[in-house]
Amino acid sequence: MRLREAISGGAARTARLMVGVPDYDTYAAHRQAAHPGEPVMSQAEFLADRAEKGFGGGAEGGISRCC
Amino acid sequence: MAAAAQRLVWNWVPWALVALVGASALGVVALHRGETINALWIVVAAVCVYLTAYRFYGLFIARRVLGIDPTRRTPAVRRNDGLDYVPTNRYVLFGHHFAAIAGAGPLVGPVLAAQMGYLPGTLWILAGVVFAGAVQDFLVLFISTRRDGRSLGELIRTEMGTVPGVIAMVGILAIMIILLAVLALVVVKALADSPWGTFTVFATMPIAVFMGIYSRYIRPGRIGEVSLIGFVGLMLAIVLGEDVASSPIWGPAFTFSGEALALMLIGYGFIASVLPVWLLLAPRDYLSTFLKIGTIVALAIGILIVRPELRMPAVTPFIDGTGPVFAGNLFPFLFITIACGAVSGFHSLVSSGTTPKMVENEAHLPMIGYGAMLMESFVAIMALVAASVLDPGVYFALNSPAALIGTTTSEAALAVSGWGFTITPVMLDQVAGQVGEATILSRTGGAPTLAVGMANILSSAIGGPAMMAFWYHFAILFEALFILTTVDAGTRVARFMIQDLLGTFVAPLKDTKSWTANVAATALAVSGWGWFLYQGVTDPLGGINTLWPLFGISNQMLAAIALTMATVVLFRMKRERYAWVTLLPLSWLLICTLTAGWQKMFHSDPKIGFLAHAAKYSDAFARGEILAPAKSAGEMRQVIFNDYVNAGLCALFMTVVVAMVFYGAKAIAAARA
Repeated sequence: MRLREAISGGAARTARLMVGVPDYDTYAAHRQAAHPGEPVMSQAEFLADRAEKGFGGGAEGGISRCC
Repeated sequence: MAAAAQRLVWNWVPWALVALVGASALGVVALHRGETINALWIVVAAVCVYLTAYRFYGLFIARRVLGIDPTRRTPAVRRNDGLDYVPTNRYVLFGHHFAAIAGAGPLVGPVLAAQMGYLPGTLWILAGVVFAGAVQDFLVLFISTRRDGRSLGELIRTEMGTVPGVIAMVGILAIMIILLAVLALVVVKALADSPWGTFTVFATMPIAVFMGIYSRYIRPGRIGEVSLIGFVGLMLAIVLGEDVASSPIWGPAFTFSGEALALMLIGYGFIASVLPVWLLLAPRDYLSTFLKIGTIVALAIGILIVRPELRMPAVTPFIDGTGPVFAGNLFPFLFITIACGAVSGFHSLVSSGTTPKMVENEAHLPMIGYGAMLMESFVAIMALVAASVLDPGVYFALNSPAALIGTTTSEAALAVSGWGFTITPVMLDQVAGQVGEATILSRTGGAPTLAVGMANILSSAIGGPAMMAFWYHFAILFEALFILTTVDAGTRVARFMIQDLLGTFVAPLKDTKSWTANVAATALAVSGWGWFLYQGVTDPLGGINTLWPLFGISNQMLAAIALTMATVVLFRMKRERYAWVTLLPLSWLLICTLTAGWQKMFHSDPKIGFLAHAAKYSDAFARGEILAPAKSAGEMRQVIFNDYVNAGLCALFMTVVVAMVFYGAKAIAAARA
């Protein structure tokens, strides 16, 4: 069961990162651990922020898709 | 002692087997001269080459050349912010990186290159990826990871100086413009006069907008769920497309000429890249990415199940440069035509983008940098297989411009049979009927050929001939979808680049939040690629003929720039003993691209040389003649002007790459002093 969960969780994470969406839980956990007490974006804010950055966060940073 | 010997055996015996199988398969591919050969031989040869290359060359570069250090803290660990810098599992990151680098390029180039037979393309894809493409991707990823995830432009600036940094930026922008024009041209060529295809591609827009609204307001974060909804929508659009195409009202309403589609695409590109990304771009990126991965996997499984015979000869007479698909000799033009899949400079931008900021451990770099490129190369091999399983007569009817084969199936069958690839008008009509199109003649650009090939393979696995038309339009949709994503995303990136470059001179343009600056820069970007697109659509030789080589040259010149930077870094790291690892592919790329660039400018054959073509039209113009496709004196002047612009662009690319090599040599000399 553990293995199956790990595989399906990994597959979902891979699929999300393929479209440029990093893991929200990892982000939230990091914010809590590294910057306790500071504001954490909600999941919706997080997604909007990532979509905006993923497609044109500056001249070269936005190249997320190749030919 | 015995244990050591046993370990030795276990370490080496499997590799000896892989090498042996690979060598035998490659031998069969290269030396077989019978009727046909099974595609499986190529697949097996490719997989064995990749495994061996990764194990021996990839890891050699990692351990000996670069001195990969698993104990060194990567930027993802040091600067972890949960957003850009996130230590990421290596398999997850491999998926991300592969999805980012693999696009339409490896699917189109090999299809065009098949005009010279399957063998030259196969050998170049394999040799190119092992010694050039994967090396470039890996080195740039490594260097960027060691430099806090800096981008290629920043790396060139910091390693080589400000002037080369600016030159590289101008070069990258020009390459971007050509890339977008060529990709847009592929879509236009695939959709022209095809109501079924046009309807399905149009349908993706409302579907994507619905997905955007759904995932922003209704159920945020449910990417899998919304993608599934979108996928169902797409499949319905394909099924519905057949009725739309055959309807006497809707059929003509969705039938557009290439020119009309080009203008629509230009307008669409402008609107799509100023809209908020969550509304159209991001949701469509979900669809195109998942569809891309799914289709690649389906094609691989299809080839394994069907094990089709390759009907294209190993080598065709067109290696002498007289082929209808692209002009020019095997050297250098085959190596230019297949860029993506063998070596693609564009990857240096992706490898210095988001991926280096997520590498958890340096030990993961070979798999992600070198490995993902091998995977893309495999996609190119599959595209070559899909084109080569077609009857060569069908292949040439699909890929030859109307100027050479006429516009009726009887003319086309006569012309193609005359080249030695026997085909009858009935067979051409039959194929068109099977894939649900009015005609398959002169559907240049690679996408329709790949779609017919894929439909052949997939319908043999699932559905039989009755499903041919579905699979054909599925393949067209899948290609159009991710090309359109690249077009919007690329237009946005080009816009930021223009703002960055022009902002140096006109400060207010730099403000990316300003609506005026945004619209002005977007308009500049769109008119840049739109201009080349329109020129390509009206070209009597199909446009791909002119623009694909320019794209190939520019893409590989970017690879040469990246490899120059990598060479400088190797010298800086005092690893000059191993500098041949980058100098070898660099020299080859310089020889190929400079020769090809020179020939595109100065070749005496008007089919190859832009200036000779301009001279031909100028002379005719002076005599008061009008040459097709021009219909008036004004259009004659336009053709001549286009030739000069294309020649100028070629000169620009060559100047940029020569300048970069010069600055690279200077930086190396400084590093050694």
